[in-house]
Amino acid sequence: MPSIAKPIATHPSLQRNELGLTIRDYEGAMSTLCAGCGHDSITAAIVRAFWELSTQPHMIAKLSGIGCSSKTPAYFVNGAHGFNSAHGRMPPIATGANAANRELTYIGVSGDGDSLSIGLGHMCHAIRRNLRMVYIIENNGVYGLTKGQFSASADVGSKSKKGEANRMAPIDPVMLGLSIGATFIARSFSGDKEQLVPILKAAVAHRGFALVDVISPCVTFNDHEGSTKSYLYTRQHELKATETDFVAPASEILAHIGQNGAVSVTMHDGSVLRFKGVPENYDPTDRSKVQTYLEEHQGKGEVVTGLLFVDETMPDLHEMNETVDVALTKVPYEKLCPGVEALDRFQEDFR
Amino acid sequence: MKPTDVHNPNYYHKVVDCQWACPAHTNVPEYIRLIAQGRYTDAYMLNRESNVFPAILGRTCDRPCEPACRRGRLDGKPVAICRLKRVAADLRDDISDRLPKIPSKKNGKRVALIGAGPASLTVANDLMPLGYEVVMFEKYDKPGGLMRTNIPAFRLPEAVLMDEINQILNMGVDIRYNTPIESMKALLAENFDAIFVGTGAPRGKELELPGRHDTNRIHIGIDWLESIAFGHTDSVGEKVLIIGVGNTSMDCCRSSCRLGGKDIKVMARRPRGFFKASPWELEDAEEENVEILVNHAPLRFVIENGKLIGMDFERLEWDKGAKKSTTIDTIFLPADDVILAIGQENSFPWIERDIGIEFDKWDMPTVDEKTMQCTREGIFFGGDAAWGPKNIIWAAEHGHQAAISIHNYCQGVPVTERLPQGTNLISQKMGLSEWSYHNDYNPAARQKMRHVDLVERFKRMNIEVELGFSAEQTAREVQRCLNCDIETDFTAARCIECDACIDVCPVQCLTIARDGEEDDLRKRLSAPAINLTQDLYVSAPLPQTARIMAKDEDLCVHCGLCAERCPTAAWDMQKFELLIPYAGRPVNIESCVLA
Ligand SMILES: Cc1cc2nc3c(=O)[nH]c(=O)nc-3n(C[C@H](O)[C@H](O)[C@H](O)COP(=O)(O)OP(=O)(O)OC[C@H]3O[C@@H](n4cnc5c(N)ncnc54)[C@H](O)[C@@H]3O)c2cc1C
Ligand SMILES: Cc1ncc(C[n+]2csc(CCOP(=O)(O)OP(=O)(O)O)c2C)c(N)n1
Ligand code: SF4
Ligand code: SF4
Ligand code: SF4
Ligand SMILES: [Mg+2]
Repeated sequence: MPSIAKPIATHPSLQRNELGLTIRDYEGAMSTLCAGCGHDSITAAIVRAFWELSTQPHMIAKLSGIGCSSKTPAYFVNGAHGFNSAHGRMPPIATGANAANRELTYIGVSGDGDSLSIGLGHMCHAIRRNLRMVYIIENNGVYGLTKGQFSASADVGSKSKKGEANRMAPIDPVMLGLSIGATFIARSFSGDKEQLVPILKAAVAHRGFALVDVISPCVTFNDHEGSTKSYLYTRQHELKATETDFVAPASEILAHIGQNGAVSVTMHDGSVLRFKGVPENYDPTDRSKVQTYLEEHQGKGEVVTGLLFVDETMPDLHEMNETVDVALTKVPYEKLCPGVEALDRFQEDFR
Repeated sequence: MKPTDVHNPNYYHKVVDCQWACPAHTNVPEYIRLIAQGRYTDAYMLNRESNVFPAILGRTCDRPCEPACRRGRLDGKPVAICRLKRVAADLRDDISDRLPKIPSKKNGKRVALIGAGPASLTVANDLMPLGYEVVMFEKYDKPGGLMRTNIPAFRLPEAVLMDEINQILNMGVDIRYNTPIESMKALLAENFDAIFVGTGAPRGKELELPGRHDTNRIHIGIDWLESIAFGHTDSVGEKVLIIGVGNTSMDCCRSSCRLGGKDIKVMARRPRGFFKASPWELEDAEEENVEILVNHAPLRFVIENGKLIGMDFERLEWDKGAKKSTTIDTIFLPADDVILAIGQENSFPWIERDIGIEFDKWDMPTVDEKTMQCTREGIFFGGDAAWGPKNIIWAAEHGHQAAISIHNYCQGVPVTERLPQGTNLISQKMGLSEWSYHNDYNPAARQKMRHVDLVERFKRMNIEVELGFSAEQTAREVQRCLNCDIETDFTAARCIECDACIDVCPVQCLTIARDGEEDDLRKRLSAPAINLTQDLYVSAPLPQTARIMAKDEDLCVHCGLCAERCPTAAWDMQKFELLIPYAGRPVNIESCVLA
């Protein structure tokens, strides 16, 4: 725990976004995580992404479960709404909140333990519903908060701090997401904000469930030799499959599209994802090609990163259910709760 | 870029902006911390080491440190470094037992110092503890030079002045008052082992305009202030015009306020922003209702029936950079007295020109910048006598350097052999997130000096206007200092490139980037480098990616958060101590601690 809060002193050249806010206005409380934890870097990337997007802080809802990763919403966008749920229960809370108020930007921060063990079922169903939210898994291969037990994302053979190897097969959230219909899938690395920030911005623009798996080394329990989730291992094995620019709605797309069959995807809100230099035969909108590519490379021990898959055509939870298109708070009370008589009439239909 | 060598004393010294800017390299942050701890005597002694006259300077210093102070770049107002110095001086205990001991057995060398101003006094201060016999010749019957004769008592009380002068004279200086040196040749004949010329720049500049010599109501500023100091002048007419707007002018107009002047105008040729006076002196004068008239060029003194009645001025209009002017019209301003405060000059009528002391085309002696020696061996110059009017702190620094040269010279060591500075670098880590210094940033605003009220202060010439800081003001002001001497020290081999330090830095000092040339690197920093006078700290290649850590020193607030958030202690906060050599007290480089 740092001895002081971050000084209010700022660099004189600090820029302001469209709302007139500086990046410092998107910060949160001082982190209490271990010094050097990858999660803190992701926090910094989230701060930057929201600042660059000029998102209004009070239009953001931060949600999380339990874990070091799940503590991080306290460390960004002080002015946002927040809900720190029970272990693994962030997706249902997010579902409820989103159902009630579809106008907020939802960002869930979870861990590999929170999402792939206790919360796995909840996460899968949020994916299936295509709940509109950014869902970040801060993936360190361990339960950091409870002192470093292997999590469900630990690779076979990866060694614990004490030296024993994990023997259970890992759950790969990216492959899982592909197989159950996730509409936006990315993997990144906490140590690479140049890649992570545009991915987060794209995730915010996506009109469904945006799954962002971020390798985020646990500097205390899983950054040693033999770990496959350490800073060094990730750097040595990272393969950047795609490079993506996020082009906000109003701005022009200037740069040319590269060779290698690069693609651009227009998002629902008019923004554009520009894939520069994707590998041959790779199409980030073709689920099975992506799957094949990942199997091939991950089989070789490579950690494939980038915005890997996007499908902007699928309806989200609200579209599927044909709900009202505003937040429930905006629906007049008489309409929202039309009274006993209306209920009776409604129930009559079922008799 | 080449990795930064932080063991070169200049590197971190430059980061301590105030210390770097101080001619005598006073260790400002350390003395401010001592004041914060209530250790006023220690703070005073630390000051005295480098600047010799802390109580005097705490009131009068030109404070080149303040415009340089880092705090000014963050919230617009530098730390009140000078005022804090006065706090230490005002609240210190008796220091007599902490002054250097003077050997009763002398070293057999006799040194003559001409003038008893701050430059000569500093030489005496440095040489007396080494066993020299020091003879000081002074034209007047009192010591102090311009500090006594020109700095008015309402800025610098006599008691304060005498206390610090006596600290030195009481070391056993053989001071000869009322002894103007009228011939260098004659002095040379007395066979001193070395001579120091600290005679100042004693001549005020003239303004030869029609009428100048037709009245006795036109005064040369520095002579006029001197005659006030010696009690020869105790009144002035109601209407006073001061020509020129430098610091001397400020003292003249404020003295006029106390001697009966009612309508006092300071006449400036050029617009505001081009004045020579320090901003704080201008502020103090204007507080006393002195009027400053810009764009007025003196044309002639107007004398009627042998009596000065005023002056004619041309009113000017300047171009943008105030380089070219055009005359609009001519106006008359009435005056009972006119005081000329347009500058000072050196004059050495008493130095013969055939004794090996070379003078240049401006009739100034040729003095070596490092050794202070003139072209004749064994004769040294310092203070205003060396290169024209400067200030007290420069006089002190010249004195230190001259003392080193004199000591070398008398011991048969070449004067060009200068003593190297040293540095200690010591970790300030006390615990996981605990430092030996107060690392939090305090947003307090610069404290305003309290003044004696406007009626009271005019009652006598020697009522000190500035009251000094109250205990509360001191407590607030010390916390504004950013501890620029507690350096962020980096060990590349330890870094795992987790970005924690980059993310936590409040002023975006840090960048991990691919290496490059400085110009290119400066463009790729987390925050653009806006101050190119500040160095970039560049590390060796980092182990994992061979990128480098770069730090723009410009705005670092020395909060230590990078070091707190670093999991591997690649960053550490280390106190930089500059070890400054003085005459007979070289720095032992071998024993420097480099953590
Ligand atoms: C009006 C005014 C206000 C100032 N205010 C400030 C201020 O607020 N802060 C600041 O830092 N500086 C100030 N200065 C400048 C500062 O006073 C001088 O820079 C400083 O005193 C120079 O020190 P010195 O030792 O070189 O010479 P001086 O202080 O000029 O001392 C020279 C001494 O030598 C003596 N002397 C001269 N010739 C001979 C001789 N032939 N034989 C024997 N003795 C001789 C003189 O009587 C004098 O005592 C001010 C100057 C003026 C004119
Ligand atoms: C219901 C319940 N079961 C178990 C726990 C204990 N627990 C706390 S955090 C955690 C795992 C956290 O791992 P992860 O989500 O990967 O977060 P990290 O700390 O690694 O960021 C567990 C099992 C709990 N808090 N609640
Ligand atoms: S235990 Fe691991 S995951 Fe938790 S804060 Fe520390 S480094 Fe981060
Ligand atoms: S903040 Fe303190 S240490 Fe830094 S330059 Fe100013 S006075 Fe000196
Ligand atoms: S916090 Fe330490 S280990 Fe991490 S990047 Fe900074 S210096 Fe390197
Ligand atoms: Mg985890």
